[in-house]
Amino acid sequence: MSTVEAPHRAKADRPPEAPAAAAAQPLYASRQKVYPKRVFGVVRSVKWAVLALCLALYYVVPWIRWNRGPGLPDQAVLVDIENARLFFFWIEIWPQEIYFLTGALILGAFALFAVSSLFGRLWCGFTCPQTVWTDLFMFVERWIQGDRNARMKLDQGPRNANYWTRKGLTHFVWLLIAAATGGAWVMYFVDAPTVTMQILTGHASVQVYFFFALFAGFTYLLAGWAREQVCTYMCPWPRFQAAMLDENSLVVTYRDWRGEPRGKAKAEGVGDCVDCFACVHVCPTGIDIRDGQQLECIGCGLCVDACDSVMGKLGRPKGLIAFETLKNLAASEAATVGMPPGEARYKAGMAARHLPRFIRPRTMMYAGAIAVVSLVMLGAFLLRSTLDVTVLRDRAPLFVRLSDGGIRNGYTIKIVNKRREDSPLVLDLQAPQGFRMVVQDADTDPDGRPMVARRADGIVQYRVLVSVPPGQRLPESTPVTFRLLEPSGRVAARQSSTFVGPRQ
Amino acid sequence: MPTKIEKDTVSGQDTTGHEWDGLKELNTPLPKWWLYTFYATIVWALVWVVVYPSVPFWRGTSGWIAREAIVGEVEAANARNAPMMARLREATPAQIAADPEMRAFALAGGRVAFANNCAGCHGAGGQGAQGGYPTLADDDWIWGGSLEAIQQTIRHGIRNTEDDEARTSIMPRFGADGMLTAAQIGDVAEHVLSLSGRATDQAAAGRGQAIFAEQCVACHGDRGEGNRDVGAPRLSDQVWLYGNTKAQIMAIINNPRMGVMPAWQGRLDPAVINMLTVYVHSLGGGE
Repeated sequence: MSTVEAPHRAKADRPPEAPAAAAAQPLYASRQKVYPKRVFGVVRSVKWAVLALCLALYYVVPWIRWNRGPGLPDQAVLVDIENARLFFFWIEIWPQEIYFLTGALILGAFALFAVSSLFGRLWCGFTCPQTVWTDLFMFVERWIQGDRNARMKLDQGPRNANYWTRKGLTHFVWLLIAAATGGAWVMYFVDAPTVTMQILTGHASVQVYFFFALFAGFTYLLAGWAREQVCTYMCPWPRFQAAMLDENSLVVTYRDWRGEPRGKAKAEGVGDCVDCFACVHVCPTGIDIRDGQQLECIGCGLCVDACDSVMGKLGRPKGLIAFETLKNLAASEAATVGMPPGEARYKAGMAARHLPRFIRPRTMMYAGAIAVVSLVMLGAFLLRSTLDVTVLRDRAPLFVRLSDGGIRNGYTIKIVNKRREDSPLVLDLQAPQGFRMVVQDADTDPDGRPMVARRADGIVQYRVLVSVPPGQRLPESTPVTFRLLEPSGRVAARQSSTFVGPRQ
Repeated sequence: MPTKIEKDTVSGQDTTGHEWDGLKELNTPLPKWWLYTFYATIVWALVWVVVYPSVPFWRGTSGWIAREAIVGEVEAANARNAPMMARLREATPAQIAADPEMRAFALAGGRVAFANNCAGCHGAGGQGAQGGYPTLADDDWIWGGSLEAIQQTIRHGIRNTEDDEARTSIMPRFGADGMLTAAQIGDVAEHVLSLSGRATDQAAAGRGQAIFAEQCVACHGDRGEGNRDVGAPRLSDQVWLYGNTKAQIMAIINNPRMGVMPAWQGRLDPAVINMLTVYVHSLGGGE
């Protein structure tokens, strides 16, 4: 991490060992399997709640119904690839409005930056799908194979019936969850009840089975087998999130000024850390938080719970490992330098801390960016038209000279209607005196004005010819405006274009 | 390059033994599965080479060829369009124009067929080209702008030798064959200009009128209104195929240029000719 000075004392204090022989230095290493231990506490409870909420959202949302009228999908959230529509409750997005999705992604990115600069890796530790599903898979594993020690014993023990039963059952449940995950993914793209029946009865399309298997397979692979390696080796976020963290961000930290030197609980002259390794054993990525800030730490805070429960049993104040800013850590260290372990050192260190500075240029800029993007998106959404007219002027021929000497231009007019209403509209041309408009294939209203159709949730196209009689003075380019009028006379949509004549 | 492996005092990790200008690289072993994934991609590539036509002269065991796949897709598209094409083949252009479904198909298909077969001379969108390629988007027709007339012209063409029913007519070479003197041709050209109100020499136009009445009215009409039966252009309007200056008109009277268009019957599917008819009719000049 570039912006944060990591306390590497623990490792640096160890005496350097003799260099190993070249032969013992392979460039490739097997994964050290991590056996996270069960833990109880505040952070764990919050993590369970976030997990339940995220999974409930993911699995339940496709099943929410939303009545849009006949002939339309009644699924609240649906990406309808076939008909090129995105349904989100009352909102219906057309492909040309995909910028709403871009805006939502930009908003998500800035929110991620802001949260990271304030509270560290909350995303990684609590809400990232990799974390959520890994946590769920670990829960299953613990439920069937037992806690850390039981699992280690099982892996080292004989490959007997007990081993295969427990392992087989674990993988079976994992695959069930993975199948539900892949199935739920597909449901965001096709009607949920229909596709569920199709998948179960074997009548779904090849695409549906492909994506079902793809997402089920990767859920099983990433949450069951790869786990922390996804964060350590595959994910780019841990590598550049250091740019969002600074000394004022709350990160999971070991208060080394209070814990060092480590020693037995009853020993004299030692710090609060009893070197019980509870923090290491609960870590889902298998690291030692006491080594300081490191890329592998996903900031889940389970070590906080583990350490707090040990401190509670020993009757010592909690918070030896805590969500703390590196600025406070440095302040505590400075205040306690040279002090012997004991209550005085603890009090001096804790007294040196200040409330984290949440309002600072970096967070203000992130908040500003979020506000600007939100306002732009809200404005774009509120001003979004549901009826558009687009005008494409013929490029070939640019204009046509008629036999009487008049000039004519051709236009293709498209009427884009995003609503269900399909009553006809009047097409009206705003142009200088003498311009005449003929709309091919259009009816006329009682006043003789051309009536164009609008298709419910669709596009209608017309060819329009505009001509100017001979003798009319005509610049090379004349601005004209096409308008769609409601029967009441209200302007429903307008689009400007030009009328081109010969060079003067 | 020294290969001394050392223990880094800060991180406790070993170095790889490589050193560049004093910079030493820590040995952080890559996970083995990563290496195996790399090997798997190599195996995948080998399988790909065997299954697909990946090297010259090797068709692959799957037999899949991009060109053949395209041919198959085109055939499938043609099969999908076949019922509509059959309807277009049987219908008259007037029936097609009256049926919204057939008309929409014909306009889309006609646009493509026009770009492939007609735009070379008549230009994109029927804008025409200088030197005798008529504009099809205006309201002036030499041989007629009704659906039937357009269909007839496309089917049989104009003044070609390959189709017995081709539209045909000949304008005499008044100057080149010595039928009129140069002065007389100038007078006739002046009279022709007067038909659209552009004569500058009224005396010459008057002399030309007599010659015009004698030589030209049979085809071009008393007042130059033209005759579509023989493809004689209207001379009293603002649309000129070979130019509207006196010199250009005199050149045509002296040695006429009579445009030729090939017959498309036999080259194009009758359904395509019908689509082209409806498309050309829709460009703006249809009668």
